[in-house]
Amino acid sequence: MAKISEKTVLNMSRLPILMSRISRSILTLVAFSFVTVSASFAAETDTTKAAAPAATPALNGKGEQLFKENCKSCHKIHEESVGPALTGVKQRHDAAWLHAWVKNSTVVIASGDKAAVALFAKYNKAVMTSFPTFTNEEIDAIIDYVESVPKPPVDVPKGPTDGTGTQGGGEYDTVILGLIVVVLVLVLVAMFIFLSVIKRYLKDKEANLDAEDKELLNQKFDVKAFVRSKGFITIVVLLFVGVTVKTCWVGAQEVGVEQNYAPVQPIAFSHKLHAGDNQINCNYCHTGAYKGKQSNIPSLNICMNCHTYIKKGPNTGEAEIKKLTDAYAAGTPIKWVRVHNLPDLAYFNHSQHTQVAGIECQKCHGPIEEMEVVKQQSNLTMGWCINCHRETAVNSKDNAYYDRLLKVHAESKKKNDMTAEEMGGLDCSKCHY
Amino acid sequence: MKDNNKVFWKGVEELGNSPEFLKNAQNEFPEFLPLKNSSEESNGTDRRDFLKLLGFSVAAVSLAACEAPVKKAIPYLNKPEEIEPGIANYYASTFVDGGEYCSVLVKTREGRPIKIDGNKLSGVTKGGTNARVQASVLSLYDEARIQGPLVKGKPATWAQLDKEVGAKLSSVAASGGNIRIVSPTVLSPTTKKAIAEFKAKYPTTEHVQYDANSSYGILKANQTSFGQAVIPSYDFSKADVIVGFGADFLGTWISPIEFFSQYADTRRLSKTKKTMSQHFQFETALSLTGSNADYRQPIKPSQEGLFVAELYNRIVAAKVATTPIKNDTLDRATKALLENKDKGLKSLVVSGSNDVNVQILVNEINLALGNYGTTISLATPSYQKQGNDEAMNTFIDDAAAGKISAVFFYGSNPVFDHARGAELAKALKAISLTVSFADRADETASLLEFVAPDHHYLEAWSDAEPKAGFYSLGQPSISPIFKTRAAQESLLSWSGNSVDYYTYLKSNWSSILGGASWDQALQDGVFEPKNKSGVEVTTSTFDRSSVEAGIVKNYPANTSGIELKLYEKIGLGTGSQANNPWLQELPDPISKATWDNYVAVSAGYAKTNSLEQGDLVTVKAANYSVVLPILIQPGQAANTASIAIGYGRTNVGKCGNDIGKNVYPFARFVDGTVLDFVTGISITPVGEKYKLAQTQTQHTLMARPIIQDALLSEYINDPSAGRFIPKISTPDGKVAPALVDIWKDQHHQPNHLWSMSIDLNTCLGCGACVIACQAENNVAVVGKQEVLNAREMHWIRIDRYYSSDAEPKETGKYFTNDAEGIGYGTLEIASENPQVTFQPMMCQHCNHAPCETVCPVAATTHSSEGLNQMTYNRCIGTRYCANNCPYKVRRFNWFKYFDNEEKFDKNVSMNTSLGRMVLNPDVTVRSRGVMEKCSFCVQKIQEGKLKAKKEKRHIVDGEVTTACAAACASGAILFGDLRDTEGKVYQERNVNNIERTYTVLEELNVQPNVTYLTKIRNISKA
Repeated sequence: MAKISEKTVLNMSRLPILMSRISRSILTLVAFSFVTVSASFAAETDTTKAAAPAATPALNGKGEQLFKENCKSCHKIHEESVGPALTGVKQRHDAAWLHAWVKNSTVVIASGDKAAVALFAKYNKAVMTSFPTFTNEEIDAIIDYVESVPKPPVDVPKGPTDGTGTQGGGEYDTVILGLIVVVLVLVLVAMFIFLSVIKRYLKDKEANLDAEDKELLNQKFDVKAFVRSKGFITIVVLLFVGVTVKTCWVGAQEVGVEQNYAPVQPIAFSHKLHAGDNQINCNYCHTGAYKGKQSNIPSLNICMNCHTYIKKGPNTGEAEIKKLTDAYAAGTPIKWVRVHNLPDLAYFNHSQHTQVAGIECQKCHGPIEEMEVVKQQSNLTMGWCINCHRETAVNSKDNAYYDRLLKVHAESKKKNDMTAEEMGGLDCSKCHY
Repeated sequence: MKDNNKVFWKGVEELGNSPEFLKNAQNEFPEFLPLKNSSEESNGTDRRDFLKLLGFSVAAVSLAACEAPVKKAIPYLNKPEEIEPGIANYYASTFVDGGEYCSVLVKTREGRPIKIDGNKLSGVTKGGTNARVQASVLSLYDEARIQGPLVKGKPATWAQLDKEVGAKLSSVAASGGNIRIVSPTVLSPTTKKAIAEFKAKYPTTEHVQYDANSSYGILKANQTSFGQAVIPSYDFSKADVIVGFGADFLGTWISPIEFFSQYADTRRLSKTKKTMSQHFQFETALSLTGSNADYRQPIKPSQEGLFVAELYNRIVAAKVATTPIKNDTLDRATKALLENKDKGLKSLVVSGSNDVNVQILVNEINLALGNYGTTISLATPSYQKQGNDEAMNTFIDDAAAGKISAVFFYGSNPVFDHARGAELAKALKAISLTVSFADRADETASLLEFVAPDHHYLEAWSDAEPKAGFYSLGQPSISPIFKTRAAQESLLSWSGNSVDYYTYLKSNWSSILGGASWDQALQDGVFEPKNKSGVEVTTSTFDRSSVEAGIVKNYPANTSGIELKLYEKIGLGTGSQANNPWLQELPDPISKATWDNYVAVSAGYAKTNSLEQGDLVTVKAANYSVVLPILIQPGQAANTASIAIGYGRTNVGKCGNDIGKNVYPFARFVDGTVLDFVTGISITPVGEKYKLAQTQTQHTLMARPIIQDALLSEYINDPSAGRFIPKISTPDGKVAPALVDIWKDQHHQPNHLWSMSIDLNTCLGCGACVIACQAENNVAVVGKQEVLNAREMHWIRIDRYYSSDAEPKETGKYFTNDAEGIGYGTLEIASENPQVTFQPMMCQHCNHAPCETVCPVAATTHSSEGLNQMTYNRCIGTRYCANNCPYKVRRFNWFKYFDNEEKFDKNVSMNTSLGRMVLNPDVTVRSRGVMEKCSFCVQKIQEGKLKAKKEKRHIVDGEVTTACAAACASGAILFGDLRDTEGKVYQERNVNNIERTYTVLEELNVQPNVTYLTKIRNISKA
């Protein structure tokens, strides 16, 4: 026995060396790929920087904001939408005309202005919303912003420049895992070979061994006895119970969790088309998202703002839009299927998170602008809420409400920014009352 | 420390130490009460129960495993611009119920009114409310309301009703028949104009106004004294001495919400104001007003005239020859009034009597004291009681004689609430055209041919002029739920004017506004130009001999026998909202009884006649008798009985029908006014017992200093007078409780520390906060049986304590035998007329909360803002927390109170589809088996914080408040952030009234966030 173990130890002692060799090669691989990835990232940031429009920031800020809040739902800068593409509008019309048109286009059309009448006719006689409260300066600011946005380069699909690509992280994990498995298998095989070599060697010297060692050398593996052994049964039972409990536990935690719930809606409304391609601001339809508790489903009259004129869409043609206009004409509201169902016992307020905390809708709702059919992206469990409250820094900038809290936080000498947890974001009564 | 020996007790149950009381006193929860009806035999869990349970569990598990049901989200078709789902809108409006008036703000959610708040812009009610105003929102969703016009009791269309009424009206007009419009006080100038227009079309019309609880005596007295048949406006805030004779001006008399805040102003004390009014009250039943008085004298109603005459004789040089009265309290009152006058200060003497001669004497007394122009003003009269008892009496005579051809009942129900209702009911059959505008087929309307239902006030355009020059506008805050029509519109259309009432009101208001903005008036809810004041009176006409004769005739020198006094309760009032379960379950401020009226008698009377609490007795007067249970009421005048009006309705709806007995018929019409007392009645036991559902019979004080009080003179010398400062014995000597602490970690409140300060001097016990809390927090109504089982759910209760200056022989003896002559037995004499203290009690939000440490599932925890949080979805119902709560403020959901109409049909706000509209969508409706309690209106705190965050600013003091604090007309409850050193709570607690501030049960060191200010009484020591 003693000899055997000595030899084994000897042999085993070589394993770390092998491992260290392997890991060294892995490290090299990882290091190499990391360099490539960061290089590709660096290249990307450079291009974005170059693409940023260079214009007077003060004016532009206002113009951009006004454009997004008021114009974007019907106009795009470089493409036609409900209304014409706005780029080059300065060349097409003079400033006075534009001011008059934006403030009240109906008056301009009624005055018999040729350009106006032609424009009106071209766009299906859709009346542009009047903005009588805009000042001339504000209209100019919008136009300046519109003109300052350069035409985006033609979309060339970005191919990977080399084998690693930008999504390398995941692949490396797989590669490393694979390598480890291969190495382990090799080790196993080596050990078997080693064992049989020793056995054969000892068989030759059988005469020299004592009775105990002989028995050990000649023993056969008895499957039946093994299966009936107490130890085996205990282990199997324990494993079975463990797996069952685990399955039940996991299952129980998923009761009522409807992640990825994506019901079919009565109208095949596409968020990808509206929020993604047409870039309509979420707030345009979900009017309560920044104001109140509910980010309400838009009332039909909001849909009809655009669909009075747009009767045909790129996805489904006329059929789906017709459902909408018919419902409006008949005076029956659409019965949408509710996707996000928070239990009644939890109070959630959208405006707290959007308006105050400045969180993007996508943070909880996922890439909604890419969804043809909306699905519940997050699991909406309490753990998910709490986790975010633990990790997220409070948007306390320029908000006097947080003065006292920030002072306390500064005194606590914590290194991180103040989180929602620190200001009571985990209190039960924040959500349950 | 000095007041350590003063004994407070909670009621006669505690004095008597009955076995049942002792049982309840010792147990937090009355266990082993039958859940089933007593007829069913309960023998534990049997096999069938087990199988049921098994089946249920299997079903529940399989249900949970299923996919969640598909929920629909249906948006508006055209969203109204002003409605944003999830955000409340507020509309200024006007609560009017007869002569009762309150300017209100209506909170609506998604178009449904869910809560009433006071309107601070009103110069009359100043943002105050009372229980009935708070509860009126539930009356809107009353399923007993009729859903459209009725013709001969059958549903009809408005066109049909208009046609038939029109035809009958023209035939009545053609024959010159008499037409009467019978209503209570009409406050609305536009309604009066509409009635005038109707009169112009049908000249035989007369408008008869009467009040169920009449003040016609004052109108008549002012006619005699000053030539003006009006009620003056009173200003209690300017009075330094107040003397009341049976006038419950804090509860039910003329304009209680207005008087409430005025009176509280005179009782408020601080570092800078160490004076308060002195209040004397002479009355029969212990009223809310009497319970707040410094000196109270129980008198028989038949003595009231003599007391007033005696006071007149002492104040005014000229005398009336009536029987002299010798009374200590009257001596003190006289002295106080005269001294006050000598100092050049003002006082106020008021009487609730409806006897003209008494009121004339009161006028003379006030005139002699120089009160006109300051505390009483005839130049700005009040219009809140315009009822004319004589006109109503004549109307009933005429109706009985068949002289009336058509009658319209507008807002009135005389068959129920008039003394001669039964006579009228008989006479109605002979009248050819009978129309009611009632919202339900009530006692009167159900006898009539036509019912043209009026809107609820929350659905209607309305206006009011409660005092001269104080106008108020009401706008609808919901579209009419049923096919109802404004009564004014009906009247106008029958008189040939087909204008809608809104247009009519608006055009009438153009003359009232006189160029001021309609929109502004509508937004404010009130328009108070205050330029209407007339000339103040200085002299009066006084016919001594006739007054003398009247007093001598009506108030004999010696009266023997029992007298009955009718009174109005603050909850139910005259009974118009009797179908409102919130009001039925509101504990009476004094007796703490719910769901019943009763015969209140003094302990002495009960003893001599061997009556016990709950004995059914027949109360019999000459013309009427009722059978009601006895309630032993400390403070009730000897040999008198009191019964509340407003009960005993038969046609009001499932919550109010057959609750108590109607006692209006006891009232008598004497010398032109309706008197609310009867002499020479008999009380005979029926021999049966009846259970009265009272709260506050469980839990006891255990002789602990929960109420801390002192006299004004002591307070002036030492602002901390009356404070009990406990010390805890330790090995190192006696130390303050705060130094003995088992909690190692302190809670931190970095940003807010929500706190409440309650002034026991200005808490007058009205109960508006109880109903406000119920409406705001979806608190269930449990019904009479569950109140009897001590399972009421109110999150805030107002504890009423009796006390006396009489010294007990031995303190600290609690459960002692009366026969030994120690303990409370010696206080029985004192209990004939005890002092009363009110103490609102809700979750104290302890920073070292005993409830939190015993919860096995951490369902009740402490927040970082000082709140004691209750998380319903985590609670498993062990009730450990309630057992460990020293304040007994936790409420357990013994049953499923919602969607359980079978057992809790009176809990309409959770069991009927209409009633559910009143629920606050921001507050969870609790399910069976969980604990609940006051949350400091955390939903309102969260809302206020969010608003501040959105506007990037700090919270402004007063912006965040609780429902109880907002409802309080006297401002006794202050709520705010203790971290705001400029805030009201911090100022009250740490600056203005630091010495008076105490926490209840300070010796436990639970560090509550609710503090109280000591009660100070303006009583002289001698």
